[in-house]
Amino acid sequence: MKYEPVIGIEVHAQLKTDSKLFCGCSTGFAAAPNHHVCPVCLGLPGTLPVLNRKAIEYVVRTCIALECEVSPASRFARKNYYYPDLPKAYQISQYELPIGRNGKLTVRAGGREKTIRIHRIHLEEDAGKLVHDASGGSCVDYNRTGIPLMEIVTEADVRSSEEAVAYLTSLRSILQYIGVCGANMEKGEMRCEPNISVRPVGAEEFGTKTEMKNLNSFRAVRLGVDFEIERQIDAIENGERIVQETRRWDEATQTTQTMRSKERAHDYRYFPDPDLVPVEVSASVVELIRAKAPELPEPRRVRFISQYGLPEYDAEVLTGSKAMADFFERAASLHNDPKAVSNWIMTELMGCLNESGKTIDECAVTAEDLTALLELMGKGVISARMGKDVFKDMFASGRPPAEIIKEKGLEQMNDETAISDAVEKVIADNPGPAADFRAGKKQAAGFLVGQVMRLTGGKANPKIVGRIIEDKLLSE
Amino acid sequence: MKLTREEVREVAYLSRIEMTDEELDRMTGQLGAILDYADMLNELDLEGVEPTSHVIPMKNVMREDVVKESCGVEKALMNAPDRFGDFFRVPKVIDEGEGH
Ligand SMILES: [Zn+2]
Repeated sequence: MKYEPVIGIEVHAQLKTDSKLFCGCSTGFAAAPNHHVCPVCLGLPGTLPVLNRKAIEYVVRTCIALECEVSPASRFARKNYYYPDLPKAYQISQYELPIGRNGKLTVRAGGREKTIRIHRIHLEEDAGKLVHDASGGSCVDYNRTGIPLMEIVTEADVRSSEEAVAYLTSLRSILQYIGVCGANMEKGEMRCEPNISVRPVGAEEFGTKTEMKNLNSFRAVRLGVDFEIERQIDAIENGERIVQETRRWDEATQTTQTMRSKERAHDYRYFPDPDLVPVEVSASVVELIRAKAPELPEPRRVRFISQYGLPEYDAEVLTGSKAMADFFERAASLHNDPKAVSNWIMTELMGCLNESGKTIDECAVTAEDLTALLELMGKGVISARMGKDVFKDMFASGRPPAEIIKEKGLEQMNDETAISDAVEKVIADNPGPAADFRAGKKQAAGFLVGQVMRLTGGKANPKIVGRIIEDKLLSE
Repeated sequence: MKLTREEVREVAYLSRIEMTDEELDRMTGQLGAILDYADMLNELDLEGVEPTSHVIPMKNVMREDVVKESCGVEKALMNAPDRFGDFFRVPKVIDEGEGH
């Protein structure tokens, strides 16, 4: 029998606010545990949470980008459960009235377009961190407690690991573009929990689903989802029953394992949080936020083609991340050949990034440095060949190109007299090829130019070398 | 609406409250009486009335995204039953936690 997977994806995105969702504690990196805490996020009696306005703005911005309806009225609910990472014994979340509903995101997967519907987007607070160690108990750090998380839930529209990765890639790029989330999966800024079931092709009914956690990279998503699909199909073929449960992706064994069974249905006893008043986002506020919303990847891609005359491929690659697209636009504003800028970013810059495992944000080369290098090549101060080496040095050291060229003495030799001397020596040393060239064998020129370059340590301007060789041999 | 003993046992479990049989019986009676009392509301015609989550008509109480000094780790841990360095220490937990 043939089966098809049915997948829905839940994403938790950490919002880039400076302070927590309901108190003024910092969301920044804390060197030590329990340093970014206060009576509110510790859930001490007598405290009251007050909502962070920016978090609402960020969620509305996301709703607009994902074409969601923004609820005119939404409210917060308590999700009750007991676990030491939750100091209040409830998490402030949203239940009946989330901020956003009924959105969609169209992605490209397997060479075709696929629209994935967004079921809901809501706001909630993060829990703390539990460290199990040899102290004889469990250790709790509440620095993370109360950091704003935006939960984005799709409908069960995803049909393959490829579509799942395409959705997450596109979502990450959008969240970065609109500046609401760093969306780095390895850093946990964006966490993804797919739920997966399989059913015979053509069946209407859904199979029993499992939820997966601990997918910390796109690669893990692809491998994990594929593994789980296979596991479920094998189980069904062997006459086993799929258990509704949460499974954990184990990077070491590349398998999923039972984390906890959901046989006993969770009862979180949600109820409206009496400490927080309703949030009303009027249509005019939505329009205000829409007017301020940054450009999204898709329109930017189209604009790169029309404004800079870039090929489709370049525009697609460059707009894949906001930081890369920003880098390109800054460089293109400083140098009047956008295609050259694009070429250098796509080959040299991205090559160096791949090799070093760095992201564009960590890159030491500025757009100003790159265009300075392009200008130096344009003026003939260095050759394109040398330019590539200089760029590698710029990437490694973060120094401006002029400094590197000067220090290493890489300036191109444009002095006609010096080049002429070198050409004469090469002709004298290589009478055979020189005679060939005189006899009309044009390819002999390549050899002679190469010898002059060798003699000058690669510094001679090859255009001038070629011209002088021709002058000397053909005018005799 | 009649509250059952099993429902009380379940609610007690969810709240991590251990109860003896005698307590379960007593709570079933007492909680049941409270619910019966609240049941009077069902006699009203509430067609078209939104459920009330707040008695005071307020909305959009928000603060700006400004970082304030935290209370400091010593104050935070002052009332902790147990600590390990700067951590709160709690009895060992084996479950991987609930979904967030
Ligand atoms: Zn706090």
